[in-house]
Order: sequence, then structure tokens, then C-alpha cells
Amino acid sequence: MKPAKTIASLPPIDDAIRAAVLDVTARLKDQPGTLLPVLHGVQNALGYVPEEAIPLIAREMNLSRADVHGVVSFYHFFRMHPAGKRTIYLCRAESCQSMGAAKLEQHIKQRLGVDFHETTTDGAWTLEPVYCLGNCACSPAMMVDDELKGRVTPESFDAWLLETK
Amino acid sequence: MSMTVYVPRDASALSLGADAVAKAIEAEAACRNLDVRIVRNGSRGVYWLEPMVEVETPAGRVAYGPVQPTDVMGLFDADFLHGGVDVLNLGLTEEIPWLKSQQRLTFARAGIVDPRSLDDYLAHDGYRGLAAALKMEPSAIVQAVTDSGLRGRGGAAFPAGIKWKTCLDAAGDQKYIVCNADEGDSGTFSDRMIMEGDPFVLIEGMTIAGVAVGATRGYIYLRIEYPHAQRALEAAIEAATARGYLGDNVCGSGKAFHLEVRMAAGAYICGEETSLLESLEGKRGQVRFKPPLPAIQGLFGKPTVINNVITLATVPIILDRGAPFYRDYGMGKSRGTLPLQLAGNVKQPGLVECAFGLTLRELIEGYGGGTASGRPVRAVQVGGPLGAYIPATQLDTPIDYEAFAAIGGMVGHGGVVVFDDTVDMAAQARFAMEFCAIESCGKCTPCRIGSTRGVEVIDRIVAGDAAEKARNEAVLRDLCQTMVAGSLCALGGMAPFPVLSALDHFHEDFEGAKRSLLNPLPFGERAG
Repeated sequence: MKPAKTIASLPPIDDAIRAAVLDVTARLKDQPGTLLPVLHGVQNALGYVPEEAIPLIAREMNLSRADVHGVVSFYHFFRMHPAGKRTIYLCRAESCQSMGAAKLEQHIKQRLGVDFHETTTDGAWTLEPVYCLGNCACSPAMMVDDELKGRVTPESFDAWLLETK
Repeated sequence: MSMTVYVPRDASALSLGADAVAKAIEAEAACRNLDVRIVRNGSRGVYWLEPMVEVETPAGRVAYGPVQPTDVMGLFDADFLHGGVDVLNLGLTEEIPWLKSQQRLTFARAGIVDPRSLDDYLAHDGYRGLAAALKMEPSAIVQAVTDSGLRGRGGAAFPAGIKWKTCLDAAGDQKYIVCNADEGDSGTFSDRMIMEGDPFVLIEGMTIAGVAVGATRGYIYLRIEYPHAQRALEAAIEAATARGYLGDNVCGSGKAFHLEVRMAAGAYICGEETSLLESLEGKRGQVRFKPPLPAIQGLFGKPTVINNVITLATVPIILDRGAPFYRDYGMGKSRGTLPLQLAGNVKQPGLVECAFGLTLRELIEGYGGGTASGRPVRAVQVGGPLGAYIPATQLDTPIDYEAFAAIGGMVGHGGVVVFDDTVDMAAQARFAMEFCAIESCGKCTPCRIGSTRGVEVIDRIVAGDAAEKARNEAVLRDLCQTMVAGSLCALGGMAPFPVLSALDHFHEDFEGAKRSLLNPLPFGERAG
């Protein structure tokens, strides 16, 4: 028999966050090793994994809060703060370096006025580094949300940004 | 009569505008009242000609590329639907020398079939390997894989048959097949290509592995950077399940095999097999001690075969054509073919699947056509971020696991990244350490802390005077030795290889402070 669960021991949590977490955990918690899929589900629904969601995820998955926090903080992809409307993942790895990724990186940072892991002041863009997008035959590469772009130059980036705005 | 036009849905082709090309063809065909059926195939890997459009003609498929949406009207005017002459006409696809000279075994179908269609897969010899395997004893399947000489294509090159045998012999009420699709090495994309272009071959390979070792459940651990591959795999799994190629009774054999895609979350270390298993169990991706081997105590403590995508995707052809057929390709102890991925600063990048034994020069100058910038090749990194930098003087090394080991390099997953003479090798060495610091799982101190110290020491070498340089070079070499000897896995154990190879072969870059490493000038703009 499962032990009785009380909500009383949980810190206060926003209703929307609670609903999002419970929706995901209800689907996945009975399958083995599903903490990553749960975190993906929460991040898909909310855009990030809020700090306040961690105690609830831990309880639902029958893990300690430290376990969940440890996993969230280990993986580069999970974020604990909201990102901008769209995220640019810019490749910094060797193949892209050989085709001018460092120059492109400087340009994009300057153009958006942000460093890596930051969001533009208007909340439109978050810039994240990534180490290989598997688009090495078309370096330098970046991915915007899940849209892959190849042979990016400072000029083509600017043209694309203008078009997208 | 309906005309068939192929426009790739491969992520790289999409990154060059393939979707817009497909839309333009559809619109133009509608405009001209032509009955055109567009098939979204994978890529053939001729990335310098992507987006490459193909048209089915009585003589065979005719290729056009690289096609941009603005070219589409011209193609229709040139009657490309009947293979008409145009500046973009590349002739019969099969006759393009870059493709024709390759030996495509694992990639036999990639770019040819519709990756969403199980019927197309079956029409191109699909599921013949599984059919053969289902008539064999499990030990005979494992023996065939052993006899083929197939070695792990993820990078470690461990004989696949021995791994399978260990798992087959291990007792367990539940066994697992895990596919390592966390292809994180820079310069590699063969896993992505096969998953997007021919996903059924991976599913078939995993099913054969399951039948061979008695595993009833499989996981594909796929990197989050590959959303296109995720969609292709999930569609293929659904189709295979609906037709009884996956499920409780695979092809009526009474054997069960269930398959699921699990998404990673951006940690390079999870490409290491034991970290990957930790991650699949829902934990931090920290490396495990070995032994126990995963084949004996792997996922959830159960016997597990964990292989790379290409390894598993090569199994069907081995079972279909027989072990000797595969083993007859290659040289020495490197049997069969290796899908090489030619990337970086190269004029004609793409996927080159050839038997082992091709030299780096044949690959880079022959297939690659030299650098994209037109400048001389200075360094080549083979085997991802942990692979040594090979100087231009060693380009005649044949691509073979042992030959590379002999020059201090590694073939790894077959990624080849070319750099021209503007590269600053001290900066590349620094990056290798920086990357290791970012991606270290933190378990082993030499990797976790040594990598950060490595960055600092390289900075001091570059900035210092002669005495300071000499002192710090000794420290760096010592540090590298500690990392190699004191790390559990290949990240800390091999990150020193690019560093040491840069020091050994490109020492001049560490001597003059050509530029500040902390604020590097853009690549390609280095003075002198």
C-alpha cells in the first residue's frame, strides 16, 4: 500500500505550475527512470523548471528534493528561470570554429546586446551556447528553438533577424 | 501521370532552405497544372550540393543542386521534371562521382527512401536482416556479428560481438538494448543522418540485438539537439509497431521487443555509456565505475547491450548479406566500412562511407576538394573534441583504428574537421580544456579541476616570457599526464590529446603571443 501523501508538507506553489507538474507526473511517474522526461514535460509546458516546482516533482516521483535539484542543475538544457520568447542556440564547437564561429559569436552578442545565458531586454531572445548541432557540414550553425540554420554569417544573421522581427 | 520529386527533409538540408524549395516546387507545379508528388527523403550526404532536388525519370533519378527557391521557376522552364538541361543539373544521382566511388553499406538507403514509409523500406531490402535472424539461434546471431568484425562505431571501437556475447551469457529476468544516439562530437552527423534518413534500419538493428541477447525492451537515448531525428524515429516506431515489427510478438515469432525514444538534456558526458545509463535512470549523468560491465549490470542493474547508432544500424546488412560480405571490406583489424563525416573548413563537406584504409589526404583533397577558404590545410581534428590535431604532414595516414592509434590519434566516431592555416592552435588547445571544464561530470578530480587549471596554464604559456613559458609548459604536460591516468572515462582521459598534439606539432603557436587568448580576434583575421 502506498503511504498517504499530504499536500500540507509542501511549500506554497502557484496553481498553474502545480497543474503543469501534476499533468506530466501523472502520465510518467509509474514508468522506470522518467525524471528526465518529466522535467522535459514541465519545461515544455512552462518554458522552464521553476524552483517552486521541485518539491512537488520530488514528492510525485518519490525522490528527495536534492535529487531533483541535482538533476535539473546537472543538465545544460534545463533552465530554472524563464527564457526569452525564442532561444538562439549558437554552436561553439570545433567545426564551426574552423568556419568563423568566434567572429559570428562576437557579432551576435553585440547585435543582441547579450552574453551567453542572457535574455535581451525586450524579452525577445535568449542566447545559449551549444556544442555541436550535427550540422557540421554546413558550419557555422545555429538553432532557433528547433529550427536549424547553416552557413550563418554575420550578414545573413542580420538579414534573418530583420526578417523575423 | 504523376511525377515524383525528392526534396530532403534532412535537418542540414532544411538549414539551407529545403522547406522553402519544396514549397516553391509545390506552388509552381500547381500554377502550371502539373501533377507532382513531392517525397521528403533524407540526405545523401552531399552537403555541398544541398538542397539537392531529385526527379524520377525512366533512366533513373536525376539530381539538381544546390537549389534555392528562386531557382525553381527556371527548373520548371528547363523541364526538370523530365531531367531537362539546366545549370543546376548534376546528371544521374547514382553517377555523381563523389557518390559513385563510395561503398555505402550502412547508408545504402539514406537519401534514397522515404524515411516515413515502411513500405519503401521493405521495397529496398528492409527487414531482411531480421527475417534471417529470426530463423537463427541467438548464439548464431551473436556469432555472425562477431565474425563480421564489426567494432563499436561510437568511438571506442570495442568488438560488438563480444559485447553481445557477454550480455547473452549474463543471467537476467529482464535485459535491455540501449542505443547511444547522443552524438555530441563536433564534426559528426552520421547518426543524425541515418536516424532522419533511414530510421527503420536502426529499429531493425535494435530488434535483431534484442532477439540475439534476449532483451525485450530498447531505448534510444537521443540528444535534445536533434528534434528532427526525434520526429523521424517516433514516426518510424509507430509505423513499425502498427505493422507488428515491434511489440509483443515481433513478426509472429513470439518474441517481444518494445522501443522508446528518450530525450537527453544537453550534457556531452552522457555520450559515455555509463553516464548515459545513469541519465536513462533519471539521474545526474555521472560516470560509473567499471566493472561491472553494462553487459552484465547495465540499465536498472540488468544486462544491457549499449551500442552506438551506426553500430546497430550496420547489423541488418550483416545478417542479411552474411558476415563474410561485411568483413571483406576494410584493412587489418578494422573491418567493414566507416561512415566518415567530412566537416569544417572544406569545400565539399558531407558523408563519405568507405572501407577502412582510405587516407586522410584522399578524403580531404579527393572528396573534400581542399579547404573552403582556398588556403592550405594546417590541422585536422579527427574523432571529435577529444581527438588529436593531426598536422598536414601526416595526412597520408590511412583511416584505420590501429594506424591512428600509432600516431597518437583516434578515429573515434569518424568525424573529420579541417582547419586552414589561419587557425591558432594555442586557442584550439585552450578550447579543448575549456570544453572539458564545461562538460566534466565532476566525478574525477583531474578532469573536474585539471581542465580549469589547464585553461589557466595555457593562458600563462601564451602570455608569459620565455622562462614562464617553459615553466608552464612543464606544468601543462604534467597536468595532461595526470588527467590521462587519473580519469575514469574518455572525457578527462582524452581531452589532453588535442592539447598535447597542438603542443607537439604546432609549438610555434604557443611561442609568440599572436593574440590575446582572453579576447581572441575573429578566426580568419589573424595578422601574419
